[in-house]
Amino acid sequence: MELIITSYCRIKNNRIVVKGVEVTLPKQDVPSYFFADAYKHFEMNYPKFHKMDNLSKLGLIASDAALKGNDFLQRNKAETTAIIMANKASSLDTDRIHQQSINDKDHYLPSPATFVYTLPNIVIGEMAIKHKLTGENLFCICDAFDAQLLIDHTQITFDQETKSAICGWVDYDNGNADSLIYLVEIASDSIKNTNFIPLNAAALDQLYK
Amino acid sequence: MEVFTSYHNIISPLGFTSKENYSSVLTDKLGVKPCQYGKQNETFCLSIISDEQLNSASQKIKDAVLFSKLEKLSILSIQDVLDQSGISLSDPKTLLIYSTTKGNIDLLGNSIKQSISKERAYLSSMANAIANYFNAVNKPLVISNACISGLLAIITAQRLIKAGQYENVLVCGGDLVTEFTVSGFKSFNALSPNPCKPFDARREGINLGEAVATLLVTKNKNGLPNSSMQIVNGASANDANHISGPSRTGDGLFKSISQTLKNNKVKIDTISAHGTATPYNDEMESVAFERAGLINIPVNSLKGYYGHTLGAAGVLETVLTLEAASHDQLIRSAGFSEMGVSGKIELIKEHQTSNIKTFLKTASGFGGCNVAALFVK
Repeated sequence: MELIITSYCRIKNNRIVVKGVEVTLPKQDVPSYFFADAYKHFEMNYPKFHKMDNLSKLGLIASDAALKGNDFLQRNKAETTAIIMANKASSLDTDRIHQQSINDKDHYLPSPATFVYTLPNIVIGEMAIKHKLTGENLFCICDAFDAQLLIDHTQITFDQETKSAICGWVDYDNGNADSLIYLVEIASDSIKNTNFIPLNAAALDQLYK
Repeated sequence: MEVFTSYHNIISPLGFTSKENYSSVLTDKLGVKPCQYGKQNETFCLSIISDEQLNSASQKIKDAVLFSKLEKLSILSIQDVLDQSGISLSDPKTLLIYSTTKGNIDLLGNSIKQSISKERAYLSSMANAIANYFNAVNKPLVISNACISGLLAIITAQRLIKAGQYENVLVCGGDLVTEFTVSGFKSFNALSPNPCKPFDARREGINLGEAVATLLVTKNKNGLPNSSMQIVNGASANDANHISGPSRTGDGLFKSISQTLKNNKVKIDTISAHGTATPYNDEMESVAFERAGLINIPVNSLKGYYGHTLGAAGVLETVLTLEAASHDQLIRSAGFSEMGVSGKIELIKEHQTSNIKTFLKTASGFGGCNVAALFVK
């Protein structure tokens, strides 16, 4: 079974590249402005977005951008589409906010709306809800972007019922956004007529660079 | 290729080995106890490993001062399994998978002694510290997928071995009770002040618990313990419904069970459910079990003994069920007395012996995730 990448989106700090083409957004230094601008640019029209934490916003923008302008969601079944993600900082960006809210006994105000985002796989849940994807899920944590690790776990998931997947790296830490989200499908003649990238470590490292 | 469970360990307030834990549970000891906890000094039922238990066991650890509480417990748990099995993490064919939701999250607080770097709040940094203690040659893999992490780690181990990547995978799951998690679940109004009652009509929420459990997964048939079973299949699925509320129709759990049992038409002898004792979760599970045709099968939740041990739960509950199955023993679902869910399921009301050749283990978690796995003797 030959697996290929049919679309991807790379976000590094305030720079967005979709299938090799850089997306120009107004220059913003504040991360929340960047997310708002990207939301507008990709015409996401999804009010729940504004309640999400930075990690989920990053993942939703990158996956929406990768899915835009192709029929991945139409040609693949929702129930056999897996979501496989990895990062370094887990949900620490939001963990720190929750910790702040309980550090001081006199200003003790933990919030369920924050606490629910203190798990890294919530970003997978948000992608699954938005695109109604009910396939397999896996969230791994590693020191740094690891192309081979992502490929190994994609491969063993395709060994099961999985026929397509949204995969990648989605990390948000200390104000830095870093993600590479890509769509994986099984090579077939009809898909091979379009532009595609073979799924291998060298290709992923090139996209992440 | 066949993949098997091998040696294992559980560290909890009920004991520091699987056998101690199994005996405690059979004599109806509960880890969960009412405690005054946190800056607000509220009373919750929690299952906590005492400093005395930890300190006396930690004497076995070289340079124990260099490790956090969770790291020490994990080292002790892994050491026990390495000693029993004779395998080594310095063998390139052996991988360590660490399953956790929050790891060293207590390092974010301002009350922890500073001998341990805050960097170890990063989960891979913590896993590396544990792996380095055992001179592991492979980088450990961390799985953090909410409350399904432990069982997902076991399935991942099975798949990696089937794919020929490793011969042995040591799956260690661990999480602590911290002010971080207690305050968070409290803000959800999800904590019960009393021992939790999974699937019971008067259930009122979860108890949090801390534990570390380790299970060796292997392709090597030789030298397996009596409790060994084959990990036949497993699958995860997402509800695609809500990030913190379970699907009312149990869609994701139903799907993961159906996929697990597809092509495996065996009779299921018992089910170790997730059973957190929140109103919605337990109801959802019962609906999913009934939809999957799993009626008239003895079911338990072990949360009544241990509370919800988060990233450890899937490993701990699998290990305890393996130990019980090796004695053909069904473990009472502690806290249950009156049926409180609509799905037609049979809770185990008393410890009893029964021929156990197979069991199903399930888990569900925030983010809409669900998982099931089938174990066969």
